[in-house]
Formats: sequence, C-alpha cells, structure tokens
Amino acid sequence: MTTSEDLDDLDALTTLADGVRRRAYRVVADGAGPVGRDEVAEALGIGRTLAAFHLDKLVAAGLLATSYARRSGRTGPGAGRPAKLYHLAPAEHAVSVPPRAYRTAAELLAEALDETGAENVLNEVARRHGQRAAADKTAHGQRTATGESEDVQELLTGHGYAPTAAGHPDRIELRNCPFHRLAEQFPPVICGMNLAMINGLLAGAGLDAAWTARMDAAPGRCCVSLSKTKTD
Amino acid sequence: MSAFHLAQINTARLKAPLDDPSMAEFVTGLTLMNELADRSPGFVWRLVGEDGDGTIAEDADPLRIYTMSVWESPEHLRAYAYQSEHLDYLRRRREWFHPNGPEAALVMWWLPAGEQPTLKEGIARLDRLRADGPTPEGFTFRDPFPAPISVAR
Repeated sequence: MTTSEDLDDLDALTTLADGVRRRAYRVVADGAGPVGRDEVAEALGIGRTLAAFHLDKLVAAGLLATSYARRSGRTGPGAGRPAKLYHLAPAEHAVSVPPRAYRTAAELLAEALDETGAENVLNEVARRHGQRAAADKTAHGQRTATGESEDVQELLTGHGYAPTAAGHPDRIELRNCPFHRLAEQFPPVICGMNLAMINGLLAGAGLDAAWTARMDAAPGRCCVSLSKTKTD
Repeated sequence: MSAFHLAQINTARLKAPLDDPSMAEFVTGLTLMNELADRSPGFVWRLVGEDGDGTIAEDADPLRIYTMSVWESPEHLRAYAYQSEHLDYLRRRREWFHPNGPEAALVMWWLPAGEQPTLKEGIARLDRLRADGPTPEGFTFRDPFPAPISVAR
C-alpha cells in the first residue's frame, strides 16, 4: 500500500514538478525503446548537458533507469563508446492525501471475483464502462471517428494505454497496461476485464466495425492488441 | 545452470466430461497448449496422461483434473502461463471449469534438476499449501520462495 506516509514516493513525484523535466520524462515514456540524451535534447530544443542533467535527476528519483548500448549497431574496435540510454523504471509511484488504499481494495475485489468465478459480471461491467466513457467523449465535441489507426490510438491514449502502430498501419500494440500490478497478480481476471473494456471503448467510439481487439499476451506490453478488420 | 528446477501442479474441476460437446474447444486447446509448452523457453518436463493430453483425472472424481510440469524457473513458467496464447484460454476458464473458491488451484516447489515429481507428491503439496499457506515446500506466484542454494560438488 502506498499512502502519503511514504515520502519517498512524494519525492519521486515532485521531481516531475519541473516543466522541462516533465517533458524529458514524456520523451522517454513515448519512445519505442531506450532513449539517449541526444534524442531528448533535440526533442526539447535544449543542450545535451542540460538534457543529461534532467534525465539523471529522474534516475536519482527512481522514475527512469539506465542501460548502455552502442547506438550504431556496430561492435568491436572503432564502434565507439556505448551510449547511456534511459527507459522507464518498473516501479510505480502513487501518493494519496489523506491516505487511501484503492490498490488494496482492488486486490481484494479481484481475489473475491476469482474465488466466486464472477468474471462474466466483471467483464460486462467493464464493457459497459468502456462504451460509456468513449461515447461521452464523442458527445463532447471530439471529431467523429473515421476508422483510421490514429483515431484508435487517440482513444486509447486517453485511457493510458500508450498505443503504437508497431510498424504496421493495420495493427496497434499497447505499450502500457493501466492495470499492470493487478494484472500480474490476477492475470485471467484482470486481462479479461481489460479486453472487455477495450471492446467497450471501441464500440462507444463507433470503431468496433473497423477494428478488432483480441488477447495477444507477450512480455513487456499490454495483453491486448488491435487489428484492422478486413473489409474486402 | 541451476541445480534446481521448478515443479508445478494445478487442478480444475470440469463442468462436463471431456467428451461432452460443450468441452470441445477446451479439448482442442489442450493439444495446442501442450505443444506450446513443449516449445516454450525453460520447459523441462510435463506429465503425460494415458490419453496423452496432459490432463490426469482423479479416480474418485473424474471431473477433477490435474496438470503437472517442470520448468527452469518461475519466470519461464510465468511467461508460458500468462504472457503467451495460453492466457486467452485462462481468460475463458469459466466456460469449462467450476470456480475454485478459496482453495489454491496451483502450487509450485523446487526440485533437484533431473528429478520428476509424481502426481501423488503434487497433490500432497497442494494439500499442504491449502492447510499451512505458502512454505518452501509449496508456494505461489504471489508468495514465492527462492531456489535452495546449490552446493558445489
């Protein structure tokens, strides 16, 4: 459980109060893989030294982690020094003031559903929730969905999935699982709920004819991927 | 190479006999999932029943089935169970299985590399987990125990 009593988490989050640093974090979070300081400097329009300063602050706060690799892909003598690369740290940080323990509540609810086998009810609730959330947004003046990959990505970005085209216009992968910790503890329950909710989002946005979501579990990303429905 | 491997047994109670039409998709999935396990990284061994499908039914309760397998590490087992096509079958488990209630349905334990667990041993470890909670003799993904320290020979 994480509450306001855990001041280390508060420290980590206040590190993001600086606007430049927050943008640096976003560049790394949006990257398809580890990102170097040069890419961050270029994206932010700041110098390499300043970019490295902010990135290392984020590492010290536990928000980013580092690795080293030669960016050229070459190896051996003359390939150059390995570059320091940044990626998101796996730890999660949440602070609630006053103390609230929604994660614990979610774990208890998931365990109870697992024991009673009531996932069908959960999935139906999740699907309805997704449909309503997407329909509300559409009603609030957002542009009508045309079935383009960008529309689906915009929809899923709004719900924290960090979608990516994965190098193919008819396929979308989700780099972030909004329920990550719970999904690791209760995979069939939470991943099934997740799929149902994404199906609801697609239906609510009017994108369910053009796109199909399915279970597509793999290490390092959300268990659901989407593909464009064949129309011919 | 670690001197210890990870064994697991899991159990489910079927809603209908395996030859019932309502179980057809589960039976098809069994073959696919066994083939997937056999070619998964870190797979060591699995119990093959008389029917060759990897499920062992209990004599007293033919709808009670078990599957047992050995892996190089918990991470390998997790990757197979939850980060592969297998997860989609787990997601659909309510179509075919009764809920387990508060009873643990899966237990893991460490055994010396090269050894094979027996069904009787697996069921005993499941019973122990249910009675005493997680111990080094039987544990779960949520309360894991590390492999015993290998003694150099």
